[in-house]
Amino acid sequence: MFDVSGVKDFWRRYRSNRAGLVGLMVLATLAAIVLTEPYLLLYDPKEPHFTDKLLPPSTTYPMGTDELGRDVFSRIIAGTRFAFLIGLSAAGIAALIGFIVGAIAGFYGGKLDDIMMRVTDIFLVVPTFFLIMVIAAIFGASMSLVVVAIGITSWPGPARLVRAGFLSLKEQEFVEAARLVGAGDIRIILRHIAPNTMAPLIVITSVQIAGAILTEASLSFLGLGDVNVVTWGQMLQRAQQYLRHGWWVASFPGFMIFLTVLAFNLVGDALNDALNPRLKEYGTKVKTET
Amino acid sequence: MRSRIELVSLKAYLARRTLQAVPVVLGVIFLNFTIIHLAPGDPSYVLGGEMASPEFREELIERMGLNKPLWEQLFVYFATIFRGDLGNSIAYRTPVIQLIWERVPATFLLVGTAMLIAMTIGTIMGVNAARNPYSLMDNFTTVLSVVGYSTPSFWLAIMLMLLFGVYWNLLPTGGMLTVGFRMSPFETVIDVLRHLILPAFVLGLWHLTRFARMARASMLEELGKDYIVTAWAKGASERAVIYGHALGNALLPLVTMAGMSIPFLLTGAVVTETVFSWPGLGRLMFEGIFMRDYPVLMGLFIIVSIATVAANLLTDIVYALLDPRIRYK
Repeated sequence: MFDVSGVKDFWRRYRSNRAGLVGLMVLATLAAIVLTEPYLLLYDPKEPHFTDKLLPPSTTYPMGTDELGRDVFSRIIAGTRFAFLIGLSAAGIAALIGFIVGAIAGFYGGKLDDIMMRVTDIFLVVPTFFLIMVIAAIFGASMSLVVVAIGITSWPGPARLVRAGFLSLKEQEFVEAARLVGAGDIRIILRHIAPNTMAPLIVITSVQIAGAILTEASLSFLGLGDVNVVTWGQMLQRAQQYLRHGWWVASFPGFMIFLTVLAFNLVGDALNDALNPRLKEYGTKVKTET
Repeated sequence: MRSRIELVSLKAYLARRTLQAVPVVLGVIFLNFTIIHLAPGDPSYVLGGEMASPEFREELIERMGLNKPLWEQLFVYFATIFRGDLGNSIAYRTPVIQLIWERVPATFLLVGTAMLIAMTIGTIMGVNAARNPYSLMDNFTTVLSVVGYSTPSFWLAIMLMLLFGVYWNLLPTGGMLTVGFRMSPFETVIDVLRHLILPAFVLGLWHLTRFARMARASMLEELGKDYIVTAWAKGASERAVIYGHALGNALLPLVTMAGMSIPFLLTGAVVTETVFSWPGLGRLMFEGIFMRDYPVLMGLFIIVSIATVAANLLTDIVYALLDPRIRYK
C-alpha cells in the first residue's frame, strides 16, 4: 500500500471521484488558512470595537461585526485553527484507543476479546453526547477536556474495524512466516498486521473528524465551550440572540462548520471507495452526532 | 407443532437479548457513580449543588452514605436508582424523575413527528431513486443526503428561524403554544402544529437523508437478486416486482435503522429543543447545563440510556417477528 505504484494506483482511483476532489480542495484551502493565519487576520479576533457593533459586511469588515464590534472575518479565520485542532486530536485519540483495543482483542481472542467487546458494546449503546455533556458540565468545559471526552467516547467504531481486520489477518500465512522467523507478538502486531488494517482506520477517522467538529460545535452552542478560544460554535451561540439585528453574525460561522464537516465527509467517502471498494458501507455506518 | 417450536425459540431469543441489555444499564449507572466521585470537590456538592447549605449536605451524606466505604456507597447508589429515585433537582427542588416525566410528552410529540417525516419521505425518496439509478431524482437524493449529513442542525434551525420567523413572519420561532390567548381545542391543535413544523423538520432532516440513503442501497441490492430476475422473467409488471416483491424485503434493514435512530433523535432534540425553546427533555438538559443542575443532567443521562436500550430491544423484537431467519442464529 505504501509503495509508489500503490500510491499512484490509489490516486488514480481517488481522482475519479469528483466529490472527493472537491472535498480535498476545500480541505487544502482550509489548511492554507490555518497555516497563513497571522497574515489573514485583519484585527485581533477577540478585540471589541464598541463604536462598530453589529455592522453589516463592508470593506472595513468583510463579514461585518458582532454584538461587541469584533470582526467576524478575523474570528472565522481564528476558528478554523481550533476546528482542525479539535477534529484532528479528538479523532486521533479515538483512533489510537480504537487501534489498541481492536488489535489486542482481535489478536489474542478468547476471554480477553469477549470482555473487551462487551465493554465496546456498552460504549456503542450509551448515548455518548449526553455523557459528554455531563462530563463537560461537571468538570468544566476546557478545550482539552472536551477533546478528550469526544475522543474517549468515539473509539468503539475504530476498535471494531481494527478487530475485524486482525481476526481475519492473524490466521494468514505471512503472520505464520513472521512467527517462524522469530518475531514476537508486538512485532507481528505492529509491523505485519497493523499496516494492513490501516485503510479502514483512515476512512473511519476522516469521518470521525467531521463528527468531532460537529459535536464540539454543538457543545459550544449549548454553552459548554471553552471561553478562552474562538470557535464557530460559540460564535453561533451568541449570534442566536442577535438574529433580528443582522444575518451575517449567524450565517458565516454556521456555513464554515457546514463546509468543513462536508469536506471531511466527502474525503472520507472518496477514500473509502479508493482504498477498498469492498468497504463501501463503513462511511455511512459511522456514528456522528449533531 | 412447528409454530410451537418457533414460539419457544423466539422466546429464548428475546430472553437472551433482554439479558444482554442489563449490563449496559448497570454500566451507565456505574459511569454516573464514577463521575460523581471523580468530580472536583465533595460528591455532596455534585448531588446538592455548589450553593448547598451545610445542613442539606449533611443530610445528603447521611442519605447516600457518603461517609461509608466506597463499595457500600456504590451499593446505596444502585439501590437508590433502582427505586426510581434519581435525586432532587437543585434548581427546582423537586424530584428529578418527576421533572423528566413532565417533559416526556413534548419530546414524544417532537421526536415522533420528526421520525414519521424522516421515515416516510426518506423511504419514498430512496426507493424512487433506486428505481432509476443516476436519474435526476437519484442525484438529487444523493446530494441532499451528503449535504443533510453535514449540516449542523442548530445552524439550519437558526437559518430557518431567520427566514420563516424574522423575515417572512410565517411561523412562530419558539415555544410549543402561543401564550396569552384563549383558544378553542381546535385552534390549540393548529397552534401546536404551527410551532411543531420548524423543529420537527430540523430534527427529521438528518434522519431523512439517512433513510433515503439506506432505502436506496437496500432496494438496489434487492433488485439485483435472483428472485427479482425470476419475477421479471415471469412477466410481472414493474409495479408488482417493485412493490410486491422487492419492497418488503428491502424495508427490513430500515426497521433496524428506525430503532437505532431513537437515541440520535433524543440527542438531536437537545440542540433542536434548545434553539426552538421546545419544552421537552432536550430543553431540560440545556437548562440543567445552564443552571449547573447536576442531578438533572445525570438523571437524564440514565433515562436516555435506558430508552436507548429499550429501543434496541424493541427493534430486535420487531425484527425477529418480521424475519424468522434471525431467531435461529
